[in-house]
Amino acid sequence: MLTKRELQRRFMAHLDPILLLSISLLMLLSLVLIYSASDGNWVRVLGQFVNILVAFAAMWIVANMPLHYLMRSAVPIYILGMVLLVCVALFGDISHGARRWLNIGIATIQPSELMKIAVPLMMAWYFEKHEATLTLKNYFVAALLLLLPVALIARQPDLGTSVLIGASGFYVLFLAGLSWRIMLGMAVIAAASAPFLWSMLHDYQRHRILMLLDPSQDALGKGYHTIQGMIAVGSGGLLGKGYLNGTQTHLDFLPERTTDFIFAVWSEEFGFLGNLILLGLYIFVIGRGFVITANASTYFTRLMAGSITLTFFTYAFVNMGMVSGILPVVGVPLPLVSYGGTSMLTLLLGFGMLMSVHSHKQLVKT
Amino acid sequence: MIQHSNSVQTNGQMALPPWRSRVLFVLLLAGLGGLLVRGIYLQGIHNDFLQQKGAARYSREIDINAHRGMISDRNGERLAISTPVESIWVSPQDVEATPKQVMQLALILGMNAEELRKRMFDTSRDFIYLKRQLPPEQAEKVVRLGISGVSLKREYRRYYPGGEVTSHLLGFTDVDDNGQEGIELALQSKLGGKAGSQRVIKDRRGHIVEDVASVRAPKEGSDIALSLDSKIQFLAFREIQQAVEQHKAKAGSIVVLDAKSGEVLALANWPSYNPNNRGKPNVNLLRNHAVTDLFEPGSTMKPFTVAAALELGKVTPNTIINTEHGVYAVGGRKIHDTHPEASLTVAQVIQKSSNVGASKIALSMKPEQFWHSLNENGFGSQTGCEFPGEAAGRLRDFAKWRPIEQATMSYGNGISVNLLQLARAYTVFANSGVMKTVTLLKQETPTVGVQVYSATTAHAVRDMLEMVVKPGGTAPLAQITGYRVAGKTGTAHKLEGGQYVNKYVASFVGLAPASNPRLIVAVMINEPGGAEYYGGQVAAPAFSNVMGASLRLLNVPNDAPLDNVMQPTPADLIAEEV
Repeated sequence: MLTKRELQRRFMAHLDPILLLSISLLMLLSLVLIYSASDGNWVRVLGQFVNILVAFAAMWIVANMPLHYLMRSAVPIYILGMVLLVCVALFGDISHGARRWLNIGIATIQPSELMKIAVPLMMAWYFEKHEATLTLKNYFVAALLLLLPVALIARQPDLGTSVLIGASGFYVLFLAGLSWRIMLGMAVIAAASAPFLWSMLHDYQRHRILMLLDPSQDALGKGYHTIQGMIAVGSGGLLGKGYLNGTQTHLDFLPERTTDFIFAVWSEEFGFLGNLILLGLYIFVIGRGFVITANASTYFTRLMAGSITLTFFTYAFVNMGMVSGILPVVGVPLPLVSYGGTSMLTLLLGFGMLMSVHSHKQLVKT
Repeated sequence: MIQHSNSVQTNGQMALPPWRSRVLFVLLLAGLGGLLVRGIYLQGIHNDFLQQKGAARYSREIDINAHRGMISDRNGERLAISTPVESIWVSPQDVEATPKQVMQLALILGMNAEELRKRMFDTSRDFIYLKRQLPPEQAEKVVRLGISGVSLKREYRRYYPGGEVTSHLLGFTDVDDNGQEGIELALQSKLGGKAGSQRVIKDRRGHIVEDVASVRAPKEGSDIALSLDSKIQFLAFREIQQAVEQHKAKAGSIVVLDAKSGEVLALANWPSYNPNNRGKPNVNLLRNHAVTDLFEPGSTMKPFTVAAALELGKVTPNTIINTEHGVYAVGGRKIHDTHPEASLTVAQVIQKSSNVGASKIALSMKPEQFWHSLNENGFGSQTGCEFPGEAAGRLRDFAKWRPIEQATMSYGNGISVNLLQLARAYTVFANSGVMKTVTLLKQETPTVGVQVYSATTAHAVRDMLEMVVKPGGTAPLAQITGYRVAGKTGTAHKLEGGQYVNKYVASFVGLAPASNPRLIVAVMINEPGGAEYYGGQVAAPAFSNVMGASLRLLNVPNDAPLDNVMQPTPADLIAEEV
C-alpha cells in the first residue's frame, strides 16, 4: 500500500512547482475577485471553483502524458476542430448576432476554443515532421494551417479569438525561424491591405476601433464599455479603494464585471499597486514558461512551449489593454482570473503541456 | 537510450537565433511598458479626473425637506402640525417598467394608466411628480413594485386639528409647504425652516444605495405658540356661527382679548372653511374679516369721544348736555336720536347712546384735539399684529373735517376700523388709560402700552359703560351672571357706493369683570337679515355667552352676586340711534 507521502510525490511528479504556485495564486485571486465583482454571490464563486477543479484535473492528466502522445493527437484534434468550425459556420446557433456555438445535443460547445490548442499543436507537429528539410514551402503550408481556422473564426464573427489564435500560430512560425524578409513582406502586405480589411470588418467591430480613438463621442452607447473601464481603473488611484469598495463595480456601472472587465474591478479596488502585483504574477508565469521553452528538448516541444507562453502573455496584454482603453474591446478574458470554464480549461491544458514538456524531457526517446 | 537536456546545442535547426530572442524580449518589454505607462497615466496622473467622472455617476445631491414648525395655542394645544407623506416622482430617462407594472402603479395612484405611461416615459424631462403627498402605506405599495426610476420624496403635509374653527387665523400652506394665508404666511420664515441637502450614492438604476453625508442638515422650522386659547376660540367660533345663523346675517366676526396683556385669546369668523380639505375654497371665504376688512363702527366709538372731552376738561360725567329733543342740525344736516330727550348727562349719553349728545361733546373740541385723541387710541393705524393683509382703518386728516363730519365721527360714522383695532382701543378702559399692543403670539410678559387717557378719565368712562348693560341701557342682553360688565353697542348703516343704505352692521364691545377687567370681547354681525338688527339685540347676546363662559373657564373671581342679572329692558329701549 502506498504511503501518504508516496501518493503526494506521485501526484506532484509531473507538476512544475514554480508554475503551479504562480497560477494557483492567480486562480485564488480569481475567486477573491469574483466574490467582489458578483456582489458576494457565492454561487458564482463556487461555479468558478468548479471550473478551476475541472481545468486542474485536465492539466494534471496532460502534464502526466508523455509528449509523443500529444504529438500523435495533433492531427486528429486539428481535423476535429476544423470539422466543428465548418459545422458552426453551417448550423451554428446565433446569439448576440454571432454564430459561435454548436449544439451537439447534450451541450453547446464553442469549437474556436478548441482551436486555441489545436492550431499551435498542429503547426508544431508539422514543423517537427519536416524539421530536417524545412523549405519556404513548409512555411506556406503552416501559414495555411493557421489562416484557415482564423478566417473561419473571424467570419463568425469573433475578432478576439481569431486574433489570439492568429497570434499563437504566428508565434510558432516565428519560433520555427520564418525568414525575417518574409515577415517584413507580410507586414507590408498587411498594411497595404488594411483598407480592404477595414471594409471586411463588421460595423460593430469598426465602432469598437473608432471608440478607442474617442470613446466619449458615444458615452452611453458604444463607448460605454471603454469609458467605464477607464473610469474604474483610474478611480483606483495608487492604492485602490479597498476590497469590496469599488463604487463603479458595486453600483452596477461596470459591465461584464466577472468576465472580460474583471481587471477593472481589480484595478479599482487595489489600485496601481495591485496592478503591479498582478503584472508581477503574469511576468512570473511567462518567465517560467520561457525557462521551460529554453530547456525544451525537441523542436516540437520548444515550438509548443514558446507558443503557449507567448499566447498567454498576449491574452493578458490584450485584456488589460482593452480594459484600460489602449486596445479595442475585443472580448478577451483576463487569463486565469475572468469567470469562465472554457477559457480556464484551455489555459490549464496549455500549462499542462508546458509541465509535460518540462517533466518528460529526460524521458524522450530518440 | 535516454538523452539529456543539453541536446539543444546539438541540433542546429532547433537553436533560436539570438536576434529572435531579443526581438521577442523587446516586444514583451514594450507590451509591459505600454501597460505600465497606461497604468501610471490612468491611476497616477489622470486619476483625479477619472475619480470625479466616476463620482459623477453615482454621487447625487438631493434635497431634504425641513419639518415645518408646529403651531400651538398658549397652552400647548396643537393647532397646526406637519405629518410626513411621500411624493412619487420619476426621472423618465431611468424608467424601466413593464406595461403590467405601469398598470399596477396606475391602480395604486388612482391615475389613468395611459396618461401615467405618457408621463413616466416623457424623456424630454428630468423630473416629474406623478403624485404628491401620498399616505405612507400607499407609498409603501409603490416601493414594493420596485420599478426602476420611480422614487419617493419625503414631504410634509399640514394638518389642522381645529379645522374651520381656527382656519382664518392660521391660514394654510400650499403643496410645497409654503404658507399662503394667515399665520402660516406671516410667520413663514420661522415656521418653514430651510431645506437641507444630502449626498447619496445611487446605482446605475437610480436607486439610492446609501446615504453618504449630510451636506447641509435641514434647518427645521421653529414651533410657534400663539396667544390663542383654543377653548375660548372654540366658544367664540360656536357663538359667532350661531349668532350669524340665528339672525340670518351675511357674516360675523369675534375677537377676544386678554384685557391686561393685549394677547388675542380668540379670533373667529363665520362663515369659515376647512383648511384640511384640499379643494380651493371660495376666495371670499378665505378672508379673515376681523382683521382684513373695515366697517364703520357706529356707536361703539362714543366712549372715545367722551373720553377725549373728559381728558380735555370740556365735560365731566355729570355735565348736562342739551340733547335738543332728538334733532340737532349741523351745517345744514340733521342728526337724530331714536329716544328723544330734552337733556342727558354725559354718562346718560353713553347709556342711551345719544347721537345728538355725542355730537355736541365732539364739537366742544377743536378738530385737531379730537383727531389727536383718536389717533393716539390707534384709530387709522394698523395694530401691529402683523397679520397679513391687515386693514389700517380710516381716520381722515382733521384739516379737511367739516363740522358735520366731526359730529358724525363722534358716533362712528365717517370713520372705519377693523374689529381687532376696535377691541384694542377698548383696552384703555381696562388698563387705567393705557392702550395695550395686541399680539397673536403668546407673551411671557404683558405687552407695553401707550398712556392715552388719565386713569381718572378711563375709570369714569368704564363706569358709564357699565350703565349700558343695566336697565335703561341699550344692552341689557349683554349682562352676565356673577360678573359686572362694561360695554357699548353699535349699529351702523352700511355704506354702499358712497350712500348709506338700509343694511346694518351690529356690534358690541365689552369688558368684564368691570371692577378689574380680565377680558375684552368684540362682536360684529354683518347685515343681520332678520327683524332684529340692533347691536344690543344681535351682538350683545353672543358677547354675553362668550364672555361669561370664558370668565368661568379662566376661573375669574365673581365681582357681582349671582342674581345680578336684571330683567331685560323692553325691546324698544335696546334700540339705538343708527
